[in-house]
Amino acid sequence: MNPYIANTADDVRAMLDVIGVKSIDALFADIKPSHAPRSFNLPGGLSEFEVMERLRHLAAKNTGALVPFIGGGYYDHYVPAACSAIISRGEFYTAYTPYQPECAQGTLQALFEYQSGICALTGMDVANASLYDGGTALYEAMMMAIRITGRKKVVMDGGVNPIYRKLIKSYTHNLHFEFVETPVVHGQSDRAAITKLLDKDTAAVIIQNPNFFGTVDDHADIADLARAAGAISIASVYPIALGLLKTPAEMGIDIVTGEGQSLGLPLNFGGPYLGFMAARKKYIRQMPGRIVGETVDAQGRRCFVNTIQAREQHIRREKATSNICTNVALCATQASVFMALLGKQGFCQLARLNLDKAEFARQELGKIKGVEVKRSSPTFNEFTVSLPKNAADVVEAMIPRGFAAGFPLGRYYAGMENYLLVAVTEKRTKGEIIAYAKALAEVLA
Amino acid sequence: MSATPNIPVTPPVKLIFEKSSAGRQGFKLPASDVPLKAALADKYLRKVPAELPEVSELDVVRHFTQLSQKNFSVDANFYPLGSCTMKYNAKFTEKAAAMPGFADLHPLLPQLKGGERYVQGALEVLFDCEKWLAEITGMKAFTMQPLAGAHGELTGIMLMAAYHKARGNKKKYVIIPDSAHGTNPASAAVAGYQIISVPSDKKGGMDIEKLKAVLTDEVAGLMMTSPDTHGVFNSSVSEIAALIHAVDGIMYYDGANLNATMGRCRPGDIGFDVVHLNLHKTFGTPHGGGGPGSGPVGVGEKLEKFLPVSRVIRRQDGSFALNYDYPDSIGYIASFYGNFAIILRAYAYMLLLGGDGLKQTSDHAVLNANYILSRLKGHYQAAFDRICMHECLFSASKQTERGVHAIDIAKFLIDQGIHPPTVYFPLTVKEAIMIEPTETESRETMDVFVEAMIRADAFTKTDPDAFHDMPRTMPISRPDETKAAREMNVNFFAPKA
Repeated sequence: MNPYIANTADDVRAMLDVIGVKSIDALFADIKPSHAPRSFNLPGGLSEFEVMERLRHLAAKNTGALVPFIGGGYYDHYVPAACSAIISRGEFYTAYTPYQPECAQGTLQALFEYQSGICALTGMDVANASLYDGGTALYEAMMMAIRITGRKKVVMDGGVNPIYRKLIKSYTHNLHFEFVETPVVHGQSDRAAITKLLDKDTAAVIIQNPNFFGTVDDHADIADLARAAGAISIASVYPIALGLLKTPAEMGIDIVTGEGQSLGLPLNFGGPYLGFMAARKKYIRQMPGRIVGETVDAQGRRCFVNTIQAREQHIRREKATSNICTNVALCATQASVFMALLGKQGFCQLARLNLDKAEFARQELGKIKGVEVKRSSPTFNEFTVSLPKNAADVVEAMIPRGFAAGFPLGRYYAGMENYLLVAVTEKRTKGEIIAYAKALAEVLA
Repeated sequence: MSATPNIPVTPPVKLIFEKSSAGRQGFKLPASDVPLKAALADKYLRKVPAELPEVSELDVVRHFTQLSQKNFSVDANFYPLGSCTMKYNAKFTEKAAAMPGFADLHPLLPQLKGGERYVQGALEVLFDCEKWLAEITGMKAFTMQPLAGAHGELTGIMLMAAYHKARGNKKKYVIIPDSAHGTNPASAAVAGYQIISVPSDKKGGMDIEKLKAVLTDEVAGLMMTSPDTHGVFNSSVSEIAALIHAVDGIMYYDGANLNATMGRCRPGDIGFDVVHLNLHKTFGTPHGGGGPGSGPVGVGEKLEKFLPVSRVIRRQDGSFALNYDYPDSIGYIASFYGNFAIILRAYAYMLLLGGDGLKQTSDHAVLNANYILSRLKGHYQAAFDRICMHECLFSASKQTERGVHAIDIAKFLIDQGIHPPTVYFPLTVKEAIMIEPTETESRETMDVFVEAMIRADAFTKTDPDAFHDMPRTMPISRPDETKAAREMNVNFFAPKA
């Protein structure tokens, strides 16, 4: 019995008669006996109830019990119930890419509103309808800069998420690009190093704000330097921080990308997430992915369509701006719901809560003997502390005490084995922060 | 005869930004419980708040509910969009993906010392999924990381490049049939290869003589969709594989159409070295209005050592772990372990159906497509007069002679409450109409569709001009695409052109 197939034995017989063959097997005549599977050794099917029990059992093997102080670009924010409820509507999640705009205005308008929301947050002119995630969005921005400038050197700030940097390196391994990383000095971008590297071959300068260490910066000077050298400035940003922080547009940045998981998406063990991209309007024709545009129908009514499609693979094939086809439209819709729910005031309040709670945690941790908190550089909801011991070991010791205590920077930064990256979102209570500080003090004692 | 009754259109839904009223807020945040207010210097702060809408929760819910009602969807409409496998998405898989033990899991947790033991269930899902897909396709190993089909293609081509580099091969070209999806040439180009396009023969298969003519030692590999986008299974696939392997090329299998052949044929057994699958096509995960998808990649022996890191392994004691120690790996291709919540849905789907259910899926997908082909071929020009696989391909050439194009027939169907098939793809067939009913549709539903198509054909003979203002029953009629592309209004806040 297969609940997803409607054909009965009678249907099959009647359909085979119409087709004019005797059996379903006859429909597979082009598959020769030599093409037959050498094996197809899979378990028998289960009932829905049995599958759910099995998955419940597997889910129980994961922990929901650790209080998370871990971020690294992916944060434990609250997901409003209305977000999940709306994207659970079959009209949204069982539709396809809106190729027929007349029967897809729901998806198209939601994506237009999403693009507008991303533009409002970043201050940029235009946004696309989403890319896979923050890392791949940054890669796409870099490729975009290479196309715009026709140059092949990329200067990457060491404060950019090391996972993003690793994947960009894999993607560009076979392409002949020069890829230079600049160090982080006192938690911030190294202006002198960037200045020295910028030349007539530089396609892009890539920075992140707040950077991987949690440091908040004003990159307006770097955007200026890039522009003077004829290079494109690219910023990877954290959308929740934009509730308060200077926008990339105010800094003069050319292309903005980021991880949109924080905009109402669950952590989901790494995906699906949401890569967003916004840019100055003059670069729109070099953007990758779908873009939804406003227009009118034959009666002059406002409506929305996928537009500037001459950039895309289904039209341009190997000359397209990107190979991307399926993006993450549903995640973008979810983010759009999130931005609407929080709204102008709520979004600021959310950012403020994150900032204040993290600052409180930073002060509490700073009181622990042997823990050093850098006060010189401002932070948002994540910060770096130095510990008197190996941070990976400290995190391990914090687990039985009920905490995912943060991310040990030694994993991606040689020489930073004693540094711990700590994230504090609006969900952490004062009580949890104090308990965390107490547990850390015990572990370090 | 009238094509459609004139049904009153639904009123336009204002943009959420146009419903904004200062002071409203749709979500209540907790009051701060910490005794301080942090200060950031002005130079780090934005000058004005982001102009997000100020609306109540009901405003938001009603807004998006009204928007959703302007969509066609599998849940509400027959959606035979060729090449996209718009099958029904089982509801329980949504429930499975929302389980807190999965949905709340932070991806960096297993990268903490001692953290792996807190994600054992999630790692087991990934490990088990790899095993299922390897058995279904006859490949040796899988990575679940690629985030969509095209991302899988790029990963596969990167594996191809790593293979050639390791062997010291000097390769420049990837061969792609002209019937391929646009993502194939785009992915190969992004990975640094030049494309050679090979035409199809009269029966819809790849023209082997033309393939031989372009085959040189500089060919890195061939990308092939099987069955191809003509809905044809290429019986010469083993011969093609032998030709490609003779120049040490890699056979790449685009799994977009795997829904036709589960349990009937495995790419690994017929000469393919690397495959990508689309979980959002064959394995029942929803398309989301354009993603998120998932595009796992499988490899044979030759390419296994190049797979991206991390890889999920099972230790001697039965526990699962992430291993990054593969010196020949192409490295990171995604931030984490793939679109986990999508993979989980596909896993639930496979567990429910089992091996027999998957084979049955393909059997009925092919049966349904052939049923539609047989019923329609007296009315529309079949692109290839033969049995098809899971999708059937027509040309609206006869109707075009009467002034009605494939796109017009598509718009006619919208007025019948049916999502149109794919039109104008593949590019090899003029006025193409590509129909993929999938196995989940009933004969009654397909009959309604077939009868609508037959009515459309009849109507092309009596009143061809009437097509041009279809659809008439939707919230909008045909949009002015040229205006959209010229004005590029993509942001509510931008000054209008």
